[in-house]
Amino acid sequence: MPALTRWFLRMSLLSLVLAVLLALFSAAQSPLGLALPMSAFTPVYFHLFMVGWVTQLIFGVVFWMFPKYSKEQPRGSETLGWLTFGLLNAGLLLRLVGEPAQALDPAPVWGWTLAASAVLQWAAGMLFVINTWGRVKER
Amino acid sequence: MPRLSVWLIRASLVYLALGFTLGSLLLFHKGIPLHPYLWRLLPAHIEVVLFGWTVQLAMGMAFWILPRFPNPPVRGDEAPAWAAFALVNLGVWLLALALFNSASAWLAFSGRLAEAGGVLAFALHAWPRVKGV
Repeated sequence: MPALTRWFLRMSLLSLVLAVLLALFSAAQSPLGLALPMSAFTPVYFHLFMVGWVTQLIFGVVFWMFPKYSKEQPRGSETLGWLTFGLLNAGLLLRLVGEPAQALDPAPVWGWTLAASAVLQWAAGMLFVINTWGRVKER
Repeated sequence: MPRLSVWLIRASLVYLALGFTLGSLLLFHKGIPLHPYLWRLLPAHIEVVLFGWTVQLAMGMAFWILPRFPNPPVRGDEAPAWAAFALVNLGVWLLALALFNSASAWLAFSGRLAEAGGVLAFALHAWPRVKGV
């Protein structure tokens, strides 16, 4: 398994754990008599699950197992792969911090944090598509 | 990789790009408001990501790697799988249009019907391939 795949899979597992902990913490509010504003974390929960876990797991496995791009570059561009990994996780981290903060205490800094998160995640998605497209081919 | 998997997976990559674009627009708008109309994209974003990207990618991978039969056609009857490709894509577009225009209940119903037909057709194709080697 290539190093980039290992990192994608590690971060996807970490995202899954975080998503499930958020869900557990939300479910614990009423039984434990807590009143934390967990609804502020709902979009983060969904995106940790769908982007952090599902999509990132797919990215890692696709990079590892899809047909070779060429003899010289079997997995396409490693640089684009690492950029995808870095941009996606930086974007997710900014969202993890900025979205609940913006919901609980709106401020320009959190607004710009979300905008930056959006741009980083979008760039990650586009780079993944560009780097993977040439590996989706008939044998 | 068989031809149908190429079509399914390339279509899923297009939906990934579209879904990330819609989602990023929404997230950007949440931070720095651009236009209130953008929130109407949310149901289309969810549909494109769930059905267009993940379901279609899974179908493409399954058609490629599920166990094959010893005699041709080695992947069994491909017709239902091709029908699934057409129906799922039709369904995603009908639903994305319907969810964008909340008055289109019949369009939404048609989209769900196409998606359900696509999923059923794929299940019919894949069922006999789910077996011990």
